[in-house]
Amino acid sequence: MNHIISILVKDDAGILSRVSGLFSGRGYSIESITAAPTLDRDYARLTIATSGDEKVIEQIIKQLNRLIPVIKVVDLITVESIERELVLCKVNAKDEDRSEILRIAEIFNAKIIDVSPKTYTLQAIGDERQIRSLIELLRPIGIKELVRSGKVGISRENQFSNIKNL
Amino acid sequence: MIKTTDKIELMNGAQIFLECLKKEGIKEIFGYPGGVIIPIYEALYHDKSIKHYLVRHEQAAIHAAEGFARVTGKPGVALVTSGPGATNAITGIANAYYDGYPIVVFTGQVGLNQIGNDAFQEADIVGITRSCCKHNYLVKTVKDLPRVIKEAFHIATTGKPGPVVVDLPKDILTARIAFEYPETVKLPGYNPNYFGHPRQISKALELLCEAERPVIIAGGGVVASDACKELTELAERLNIPVTNTLMGMGAYPATHEKSLGMLGMHGNFWANHAVCNCDVLFAIGTRFNDRITGCLKRFAKDAQVIHIDIDPCSISKNVSVDIPIVGDAKNVLTAMIEEFNNKNYEINKDVKQAWFEQIDEWKKKRTLPSVQSEKLNPHTVIEKMYEFLKDKDAIIATEVGQHQMWTAQTFKFTEPRRFITSGGLGTMGFGFPAAMGAAVAKPEKLIFDIAGDGSIQMNIQELATCVQYNLPVIVAIINNGYLGMVRQWQEKLFNKHYSETKISGPDFVKVAEAYGAAGFRVTKEEEIIPVLEQAIACKKPVFIDFVVEEFEMVYPWVLAGNPLNKILLSNDSPIN
Repeated sequence: MNHIISILVKDDAGILSRVSGLFSGRGYSIESITAAPTLDRDYARLTIATSGDEKVIEQIIKQLNRLIPVIKVVDLITVESIERELVLCKVNAKDEDRSEILRIAEIFNAKIIDVSPKTYTLQAIGDERQIRSLIELLRPIGIKELVRSGKVGISRENQFSNIKNL
Repeated sequence: MIKTTDKIELMNGAQIFLECLKKEGIKEIFGYPGGVIIPIYEALYHDKSIKHYLVRHEQAAIHAAEGFARVTGKPGVALVTSGPGATNAITGIANAYYDGYPIVVFTGQVGLNQIGNDAFQEADIVGITRSCCKHNYLVKTVKDLPRVIKEAFHIATTGKPGPVVVDLPKDILTARIAFEYPETVKLPGYNPNYFGHPRQISKALELLCEAERPVIIAGGGVVASDACKELTELAERLNIPVTNTLMGMGAYPATHEKSLGMLGMHGNFWANHAVCNCDVLFAIGTRFNDRITGCLKRFAKDAQVIHIDIDPCSISKNVSVDIPIVGDAKNVLTAMIEEFNNKNYEINKDVKQAWFEQIDEWKKKRTLPSVQSEKLNPHTVIEKMYEFLKDKDAIIATEVGQHQMWTAQTFKFTEPRRFITSGGLGTMGFGFPAAMGAAVAKPEKLIFDIAGDGSIQMNIQELATCVQYNLPVIVAIINNGYLGMVRQWQEKLFNKHYSETKISGPDFVKVAEAYGAAGFRVTKEEEIIPVLEQAIACKKPVFIDFVVEEFEMVYPWVLAGNPLNKILLSNDSPIN
């Protein structure tokens, strides 16, 4: 089962290797990892996409919590949350494929951010499913290069919290 | 208003380092000088309030600090230089991490502007130690130094204790500021849970009272949290037998009628059977290492498990737990005793009586000596030593191997912090320097290191340290001329192919004499006691070379991966 672990950390030097070293040292997988400062620049948010059974994920969360600079760990799969990933994709754009590429881009709300006589470069944002189907649709046309940001996620606020219980 | 007449006294980083140690109550450190940490040795030269013990190898400094921590419960401190000094410390740091003892290790580092340039004696020690210490720091400005040291001691000694490494670039040691030691630490990401959840505590008590065949496993956490009295009281109230892990030796008096002694790979037949057949397993401060569980699937397979541990990671890592209690063993056990006294819990004495009778039945199974020969038997040596030492409240360290298991099986410790051994990492060469650290901490006590002829050669150089500071550690070398534990596996599991396990050594008596220590050799049973008496009387470091039978085995023996109740008791036990 895939999980997205969101980790709030004190932004000390070497924090990324502290966290990633824990994963490699204990044999946990990292499918993607992102790191960037939060609103408060003393803290950073790491988002790690990983997989494992319930026991493994429980250990990952406990082991992360054991690291001194780790402030908070949330498995976004266990809460209402939104995940997104950004991909940049350079595809071969032969004359006969150009309109198909544009159609696919439109379906996925992707932007063409660079054009050359032989290529289009698309930028798309979406959840895992959307990104995967975009890639699968572009693959037969010919993907020259693909760059993915790795997943980030955020929990949803309760949209009904202001409505009184009737 | 600022008083301009008050001159603020500036100190350099090295002096601040010593001031911080004093604030932490540190009086002894173990170390080895080197290029980048000369400023600290300069500060030590002028300040005699901290005694420095010069070891002969950095690994020994860390083990000595751990030995110190083990017998006192207070943090041990080691100081080594950059590069090779720091890399030599790794085994010691990893050892303290696995067994959970508080030490703070200070390593020198090249100057800040040289870091990353492959400077002379540079090693990325923060990177190297990341996975084998509780936390580590690279100090980047002298202003951070007092805060970092305060945090280092706090982290090392709280929660599950462990080693903290502080890397000190050399320019930090000479930079000058006004010294101020912080009163408190601010670590928002570090809040160990000390008190168990009351609901969990009630649930645990209910289960323990209903239990028909309960067993308590006492681990090193009981010793670390000083919960031995509480454990003894609760076991008495609930009428439950207690077994202990290797790290939990002395957590529960081994002479007590309810004590089952050690469990595990070389644990007692009855302790292993009790754990395999129990209906409620109450584990306290243990992480269920594979050496105590054997085959995990068949470990206490019908039991409901209650587990107290201060480290949430230990819970349900190896063994699934029904009632987890995250907290400090002493607090949780105290709360359990109070709850038991205040509410009307009823225990079924008759049912438990049947359980104790069953255990007594298992206790009739004993191991048999493996070898009958003219030579002195190692069992005889260790049994005699135990008889001789049992009323003397000695501290016993061991190295790792057969002699370690024989000691653990034979010595019945009634008090905690008397047995010093490398459990998790299994470090040969640990015992002697750790005993040295214990001798620094407890000069009034008799300190023994029971060693093998292989292990002692891993840190034999520390004899010079013992002689220099007159630390009267008595090293009993169980000399069988083999790396006995590996040889034992080869004998039973690898068709007696003794590949590279026959090991020679020096004349240990002459080595001792050459270092200025005393040396004795024992080859006959009747010499054992007189030599031990002489060794104690000479009040200096001693090597005793017990020349023993080569092929004696450690039994009971549960082969790795086998269930805990599949126990070999002698050479005649079939292995399949």
